Amino acid sequence: MLKIAKERLNDLYAKIAQTQGLFLPVKKAGEVNYCVWSEGKEVSLETLKTVKSPKNMFFPQTENMMKFKTEGKNIEVIDVRESFDERKPFVLFGVKACDYKAIEVLDKVFLADPVDTYYQNRRENTTIVTLACSKPEESCFCGVFGIDATAPQGDVTTWLDENYLYWQANTEKGESLTAQVEELFEKGGEEEVAAQQETTKVVLESLPYANLDLSRFQPENLNELFDAPEWEKMSEACLGCGTCTFVCPTCQCFDIRDFKTRDGVIRYRCWDSCMYADFTLMAHGNSRNSQMQRFRQRFMHKLVYYPSQNDGMYSCVGCGRCVNKCPQRLNIVKVIKTLGGKNND
Amino acid sequence: MKEVELKMKERAKALLESGEVARVVGWKKGDFCFDPSPATFETVDELNEFVYDYFCGANLSKYLIQIAKKEGKTAVFLKPCDTYSFNQLVKEHRIDREKIYVIAVECLAKLDIEKIKAAGVSVVTGVEVVDKDVNVSSPYGNVTLYKPDVVLTKCATCNKTHQVKDEEIILHQRPAREVDRFAEVVKLENMTPDERFAFWREQLSKCIRCNACRNVCPACSCVKCVFDNPNSGIAAKANDDKFEEQLFHVIRAFHVSGRCTDCGECSRVCPQNIPLHLLNRKFIKDIDTNYGEYQAGETSEGKTPLTSYTESDIEPNDAVNGEAK
Repeated sequence: MLKIAKERLNDLYAKIAQTQGLFLPVKKAGEVNYCVWSEGKEVSLETLKTVKSPKNMFFPQTENMMKFKTEGKNIEVIDVRESFDERKPFVLFGVKACDYKAIEVLDKVFLADPVDTYYQNRRENTTIVTLACSKPEESCFCGVFGIDATAPQGDVTTWLDENYLYWQANTEKGESLTAQVEELFEKGGEEEVAAQQETTKVVLESLPYANLDLSRFQPENLNELFDAPEWEKMSEACLGCGTCTFVCPTCQCFDIRDFKTRDGVIRYRCWDSCMYADFTLMAHGNSRNSQMQRFRQRFMHKLVYYPSQNDGMYSCVGCGRCVNKCPQRLNIVKVIKTLGGKNND
Repeated sequence: MKEVELKMKERAKALLESGEVARVVGWKKGDFCFDPSPATFETVDELNEFVYDYFCGANLSKYLIQIAKKEGKTAVFLKPCDTYSFNQLVKEHRIDREKIYVIAVECLAKLDIEKIKAAGVSVVTGVEVVDKDVNVSSPYGNVTLYKPDVVLTKCATCNKTHQVKDEEIILHQRPAREVDRFAEVVKLENMTPDERFAFWREQLSKCIRCNACRNVCPACSCVKCVFDNPNSGIAAKANDDKFEEQLFHVIRAFHVSGRCTDCGECSRVCPQNIPLHLLNRKFIKDIDTNYGEYQAGETSEGKTPLTSYTESDIEPNDAVNGEAK
């Protein structure tokens, strides 16, 4: 294990940024989100939850996919990926255990056949440096999904305490990043990390959502859960905004649209939200007409549909962003508690 | 606040039992002490979950557009600021006044859990308000915060009083204070255009196009929003730096000007804490300057400055040049 003094972190960022793009949590206008690093940016590794998850590093909220240029009867198709350096390697730094797990959830969607090459390009060219949590809060429940917040995976795992950042490479990519920055580090830190992990685990176990019971959310209960009368009351305050879906690290739905320009068309995709009234809008109309149906779709997807197609893996990672950010305080935990049986009382 | 909650619950129970109303709209308990949700109560049993505390900041008025269409009468608990939105919606014929029974409830300013957490309390297990002290319990150590520092932004400069009520449950009055809700707007006005552009550029670049501001806004009551029209060539959900982020909010502020009651819900719900209410307040201030003081939602009748013409109306050029009468 290696360690670097906290006040030298800027040197570390500068060193990494010499050869590749570096994305990490940066505070801008009061809020912390993943941003490209440059000298002078206010990095905030201490922030437990960035507002947006790091998923937009691989799956941007809006991205151009291709352009069509028309001239007379000719249509030229332009691959826009060539106009920006899509294959440039970058480092994603400070990813928490829940958000790392969320990338695995996204991989199962975007890297399954047919592979989404836009996602794949970025994914393959990224080295992910994770950061263990040391101050989890009441909205955290990653443990329910088998995630250890004190030992996240990734190409490199790091831990942060008052004085040092501790560093441990896990993969080949991680080793090669380590080789690039090793001169800034000194050896040591095993004991400090172990002590921090132990303290944090005590807190994690005492959190109010630590013992949620998911056992009822199984494919065989699909119809019963779908037809539950409780959805009506659970969703009544829902505004139909997209906050929960857009701050969610695992929400993966997108829309593809054409934007007319002077001499052609730009085809872009953007995040979509099952909470929106135009989601699943087709020529014949919409299959989900009420907010209750849309609300139900979101949670059934996370807790039943996705796991039934992915070997039981839930598409919630317990990051708690929806718990913190829903304007009317609705969230997946309230759904789990309402429909998940008496172990959740 | 506990006493008030008890009285509200008793009243809700009586109204439901007597059949005077078919439902009561209020707030229900969450998992923590700080996360109640708006809710409808149709039976006395359901009232077990009823709550009214310092975290019931949500404005219930907009929900009444849909709820008032249901069979029977609906009772609703409205805080002072919520009554302005209610009046405005009645004025716009969006709510049938006859179907709603308004119970005015005291407010005393609501707390912002994000501000409490930003003050350094990362796990909150209890919050108790004693006068201006907010005592927060936390396994990481208890702290006492100064209430004015941790109230919702919309409550910080609020001096509103109930504008409509069929009855009231008010045990304590929030003392009237000297507040200047335009102070922040004046600061922006005093910036150079470049500084102001940079301010909004930075704030609006955080926008994630979740549309929470629009969806919560009582003035945004269009059945179909222009931004939701797939034939318009734009997409409300597409987050694009050039047009969407900068202009969506400006267009929305224009669209609600003269009708925005300054309820502040837009800023409360913004996941990125963009001070959207400042756009609306700028318009309110301009209307005050150019057409005389006007507060939307004070009544549910009468003419409004932007929808009526008088010969003495300011000329557009004079308004642009800041030559108010």
